[in-house]
Amino acid sequence: MATTVGGRTPPQQSSPGRAGGAGVPRVPAWRRKLRPYLLSVPAVALIIGILYAFFYGVYYTVLNYAATNPNPSFVGFENYASVLGDALFWRSAGVTLLYAVAATGIETVLGVAIALLLNRSTLIGKTFERLLILPLMIAPVIAGVIWKLMFNPQFGVLNHVFGLGSTFDWLSKDRALWSTILVDVWIYTPFVAILVLAGIRSLPKEPFEASDVDGASWFYMFRRLMLPMMWPYILVAVIFRFMDCLKVFDAVFVLTAGGPGVTTTTLQIGAFEDSITNLNYSRGSTYMFLLWIIVFITARYLVSVLGKAQRRAAGAGA
Amino acid sequence: MLRERGPEVALARELTPGQKRVTPASVVADLAILAWFVFSLFPLVWMVLLALKNDADQTSTYFRFSPTTANFGTVLSQRGQDLTSVDFGQAMLTSVLNCAGAVLVSLVVGIPAAYAAGRWKFKGSEDLMFQMLSFRFAPELMVIVPLFVIYNTLGVFDTKLGMVWVLQLVTMPLVVWILRSYFQDLSPELEQAALLDGYTRRRAFLTVALPLVRPGIAAAALLAFIFAWNNYLFPLILTDSAATTVTVAVTKYLGGGGQAYYNLTAAAALLGALPPLVLALTIQRYLVRGLSFGAVKA
Repeated sequence: MATTVGGRTPPQQSSPGRAGGAGVPRVPAWRRKLRPYLLSVPAVALIIGILYAFFYGVYYTVLNYAATNPNPSFVGFENYASVLGDALFWRSAGVTLLYAVAATGIETVLGVAIALLLNRSTLIGKTFERLLILPLMIAPVIAGVIWKLMFNPQFGVLNHVFGLGSTFDWLSKDRALWSTILVDVWIYTPFVAILVLAGIRSLPKEPFEASDVDGASWFYMFRRLMLPMMWPYILVAVIFRFMDCLKVFDAVFVLTAGGPGVTTTTLQIGAFEDSITNLNYSRGSTYMFLLWIIVFITARYLVSVLGKAQRRAAGAGA
Repeated sequence: MLRERGPEVALARELTPGQKRVTPASVVADLAILAWFVFSLFPLVWMVLLALKNDADQTSTYFRFSPTTANFGTVLSQRGQDLTSVDFGQAMLTSVLNCAGAVLVSLVVGIPAAYAAGRWKFKGSEDLMFQMLSFRFAPELMVIVPLFVIYNTLGVFDTKLGMVWVLQLVTMPLVVWILRSYFQDLSPELEQAALLDGYTRRRAFLTVALPLVRPGIAAAALLAFIFAWNNYLFPLILTDSAATTVTVAVTKYLGGGGQAYYNLTAAAALLGALPPLVLALTIQRYLVRGLSFGAVKA
C-alpha cells in the first residue's frame, strides 16, 4: 500500500463508505479483539525462533555434547555436578560478582556526582556536556583496544605520564581486574550520568524553592529532597549496569582474555573457554545456564526494588 | 515530552547559592568536572594522535610527530589485509549491511508489535514485552553456542543472513521498547478522530500515528544500528572470514602481523569507532530515552 506519510492531510469528510450513520467503521468485535494479537504475530514468531536456540542450549546441559563427541548421549545432571564442583566456576563467579559490584558502585557514585556538577550549567559543563557520551558509544571492544595500547608498559602513554617506568604492568596478576574495572568505569559512567542528569532536570522545582526559603542547607536539600526524588532514575541506571556487568565479556576479553591465570575470567569468559576454545558445548552451556539463572533472579529482584522506589518517590514528590 | 531545557536553571540557583560569584566550592566543582572530562576524553584524543603518527614515531610517547593520514589508507589496503588476514574495508561494508538489515527487520517486525503493546492492553502483552527485555539481559553465549551448531547444519555460518538473524537479539528489544513508549505517549484521541472521519484502522495508523512517532522511529533505528555495530561476541563466534565485521577486524591488529603497528591499530580503532560516534551525536536528544528503553524520558 502506497503510504503518503507526508502530511496531516485533513481526512475526507465525504466518503463514509461502508461506515454507518455516525461515520464509525463497523469492524466486528472479534476482529477488534484479535487485532493486537495479529500485530504481534511477527514479533512472537521471531521470539520463538530465538527461544528455540535458547532451549536447545538448555537441552545441551543434560548431554555430553562436544566437538569430539558429535553423537551425544543423555547424562542427566552430570554437567551441573561437574561445573558446580569445579573451583574454577566459583572463582569466576566471585570475579564476576566483584567486578559487577565494584564497577556498578564506582560508576553510580561518579555518575551521580557528574550529573550534579553538570546540572550547575557552568561554562565548562555546557561546553563538554555533548561530549559526555562519546566513550559510551564506542564499541566496548574498541575501547578495550584503545586502553590496551595505553596500558602497554613500554610504549603506552599511561606509564609515561605517571612516570611509572617500563616495568609497571597494569595487567599484572594483582592489578588486571582493577584495570578492567577502570576501563568499565571509563565506558559506562556517562551512562549513569546522563540518566541521572535527565532525572534531575525533570524534578519539580517547588520543593527546592520552599526549602530554600526555609533556609535549608545544600546538603540537607540533596539528602532529603533530591536524592529520594531521583532515586528511581539512579536505580534504573544501577539495574542496567549491574545486569550488564554480570555478563561482561567484550572489553575484558580484549584486554586480558581472562588472564593472567584466571584472575579476570568472568563467567562469560569461562563459558567461552569451555564451549568455543575447548569445544565442549555441553559444559559451556551449563556455565551459561547457571549464569542465566543468576541474571534472571537478579532481574526479578531489582525490578521489584525499582517498583518500590518509584512508589516512594511518588510519595516524596507529592 | 522532549523537554531540552527544564527547570534546571532555577534548580541550579537553589543548589549552588551565588554561583555567579567565584567561591572556593565553585572552583572545586569546576575542577572536578574538568578532571572528569580530561579522563574521559584523553584516550580518544590519544587514539586520534596515535592514528596520525608515522611508523617511526609510533612508539614514542612524546608529542613529537609529523601527522600523516597514510595509516588509514594502509588499514584499508592490501597491506593491512596481509598483516591481519582481514580485509578491513570489506569488514566495514559487511558491518553496514548487517546492521542496516538487522534494523530493517526489527522495524518491520517491531513497529506493529510496539503499536499493539502501546495502544491496547491485551492478554500476554506484558509477557511479550518482558520476553523482549530478557533478550537484552540474557548472556549472549547462552544462545550463541546452540546457534553455532545450528548455523553450521543450516549452512548460514559466516553469512550476512546469519548475522542479521542473530542481531535481532540486540536490535529488536531496543526498537520495541523505545517505540512502545512513544506510542503510549501518543493520545489515542488523535486516531479516534481519524476513525470517526471514516478512516480505517490501518489508514489511521499509517497517516496519523506513524508520522507522529517518526522521531522515535529514527532514534530507535539509529540507536539499534549503533549497538548492532558495536556488537562483538556474535560475529566473533558466528562468522569466520567471509562475514567478519568491523569490531572483530579491529581486534585482529592486536595479534599476529599487526601487533607491532600501534599506529595502524589506532587507525583501525578510529575507523571502527567513528560511525557510532557520529550517529550518537545526531540523536543526542533522544539518547537517554533510548538507552533506558523508554524508562527515563528526558
